[in-house]
Amino acid sequence: MMLGFFTAALTLTQIMLALAMACSSVRLFIGPRAQDRIASMDAFYVSAMLLLLTFSIRTGSNLYFEVALVIAMLGFVGTVALAKFLMRGEVIE
Amino acid sequence: MNAAANMPGWALFLTAVLLLLSASLTLIGTIGLLRLQTFYERTHAPTLGTTLGIGFMLFASMLYFSVLQSRPVLHELLIAVFMTVTTPITLVLLVRAALYRDRHAGSSEVPQTTPPKSSLLEQEDIDGN
Repeated sequence: MMLGFFTAALTLTQIMLALAMACSSVRLFIGPRAQDRIASMDAFYVSAMLLLLTFSIRTGSNLYFEVALVIAMLGFVGTVALAKFLMRGEVIE
Repeated sequence: MNAAANMPGWALFLTAVLLLLSASLTLIGTIGLLRLQTFYERTHAPTLGTTLGIGFMLFASMLYFSVLQSRPVLHELLIAVFMTVTTPITLVLLVRAALYRDRHAGSSEVPQTTPPKSSLLEQEDIDGN
């Protein structure tokens, strides 16, 4: 019985995280200015990372953890580079 | 999924509750990102996902794998520490860039800085031409 609840919760979690990714990608498309798009990309990769961690719980495999860590690091670097580009007009001065 | 079959019920229940909490907080954050009106309001909403969402999810993962492998699995703390350090940096940089752009464009939504005297004179010169 608890296993059924656990499976249902996993599926519901995946659906909600997919909806979260959908919401942030809608903002990515309609976002009126560049900074809105960068903020929504930030939210997008965080949801993707959470979805990967859900996959790792579902499959019982530790492999997804490294992928999630790499997504977190590259997402941070990407967002900082884009914010710097908005501020200065170039990334490396 | 086969691995979860012979896990104790309390661990499954706790993991499921933490997963649902994490996903619903992240979803609320992105709905806020979608629906709030100005950029400065919108930047606040997704931080619900980057703090509590990630926190609950990593706690669920740590609990699940610790019970599954019957040894403490703590490497998820790496992601937690990393996100805690990087999220404020990202947002501060992004909002400062947006504020700079808005002020540069002369937007009425953001408070303008009071410019020092010399640049005020230059401004008048530019306006005079």
